[in-house]
Amino acid sequence: MISLLQGAATTAAETTEAPGAGDEIVIITESATHGAETHSVYGDAAHSAAEGAGLPQLDITTFGNQIFWLVVTLVVLYLVLSRVALPRIAAVLSDRQGAMTGDLMAAEEFKQRAREAEAAYDKALAEARGEAQRIVAANRAEIQAELNNAIARADAEIAARTAESETRIREIRATAETDAREVAQEVTAALVAAFGGNADNAAVTAAVDSRMKGAMQ
Amino acid sequence: MATATGGGLEFHPMDQFVVRPLFGDGAVAWYTPTNVTLWLFLTALAAIAVLVLGTRGRAIVPNRAQSVAELAYGLVYKMIEDIAGKDGLRYFPYVLTLFMFIVFANLLGLVPMAFTVTSHIAVTGILAMAVFLGVTIIGFVKNGAHFLDLFWIRSAPLAVRPILAVIEVISYFVRPLSLSIRLAGNMIAGHAVIKVFAGFAAIAAVAPVAIIAVVGMYAFEVLVAFVQAYVFTILTCVYLKDALHPSH
Repeated sequence: MISLLQGAATTAAETTEAPGAGDEIVIITESATHGAETHSVYGDAAHSAAEGAGLPQLDITTFGNQIFWLVVTLVVLYLVLSRVALPRIAAVLSDRQGAMTGDLMAAEEFKQRAREAEAAYDKALAEARGEAQRIVAANRAEIQAELNNAIARADAEIAARTAESETRIREIRATAETDAREVAQEVTAALVAAFGGNADNAAVTAAVDSRMKGAMQ
Repeated sequence: MATATGGGLEFHPMDQFVVRPLFGDGAVAWYTPTNVTLWLFLTALAAIAVLVLGTRGRAIVPNRAQSVAELAYGLVYKMIEDIAGKDGLRYFPYVLTLFMFIVFANLLGLVPMAFTVTSHIAVTGILAMAVFLGVTIIGFVKNGAHFLDLFWIRSAPLAVRPILAVIEVISYFVRPLSLSIRLAGNMIAGHAVIKVFAGFAAIAAVAPVAIIAVVGMYAFEVLVAFVQAYVFTILTCVYLKDALHPSH
């Protein structure tokens, strides 16, 4: 990849040589290739060039330094992250999760409570309606009972009166028969006497009875 | 950096990668603070700033900084969970460290005059070797000899298995190489191309084209910076999955 890049850079440099009009283009990838004339500007580059030519990445003399400081950095970073940052972030995330589930549960509870309240309201309404119906039914039954009572009493009175009247009628009828028999006997006796006969009481009675039997039937 | 010295054009596209001591002009010993040291520290500081300072508020409703931190956390967390499974989450802190380090090293490298630590094969090589060795050790510790099932593919016909085993072993040992060279190569290439285009800006006739090209390349490199960090992390997760469940 690096050599490819160098190639690209070289081609790019060559193609721009024309507008550069004779400018000298030097591509420096190996510090060793430039020496004294750039030493003042690139003292450090030249310094590293003295130790090892080529890519700075391949300068093995700096590896120990890089590895040492990298390990120091990584250990510090690991300790800080694992001791401070991660527990804190984990706590924040779990707090948030907890708060969210808590809120959701509270909302669910409120919903449940509202549902219960509605159910209680419905139940109370149904009970009130039932109570009202029971009261109406009780009143109706009471009135019905009173009414039945009154009717029964009236019926009984009517029956009593009817019976009384019938007795009276029977009595009247009985007295009327007796009276009629007496009148008939007396009239018969008087008629027999008037015609000059001697009225035999027993005969008159028998005659009236036989006549009355026919009349009464 | 290109300088027109005495009417001539000189391109130094690779000078940006030179490791220099921060103080003085001496040799680079293993303990010398260098520009690598400086930019490694800045990378760590940037990652810490986002993940630690950003979440300072611990808000239930996050502000922007906290959202970024949570986004990074969620991205890597979900990646491990999806790829390596629940038991991969034990290694989440290290994978997140890796991701944050690479993404910030790549992005900070795009700051003008910056040094890109991930453009060095020594740095990416250590990152890749850490993943490779870590995953191999985890594989043997978790599965013992069964870890070798990774190379012995039981779903293949018996006759093909030895050949596949050879291929699998080779591909296994190429992993750290491909991981490190992919990352460093992308960084080197992008930065060098930008430098070369910037060098052409010294020639008046092609300057507008060169500047537009630099802007375009820069935008592309921002994308590459993120994508390479993502790729490195996702491959780490894939290798972790192989270590945890070698029989699949």
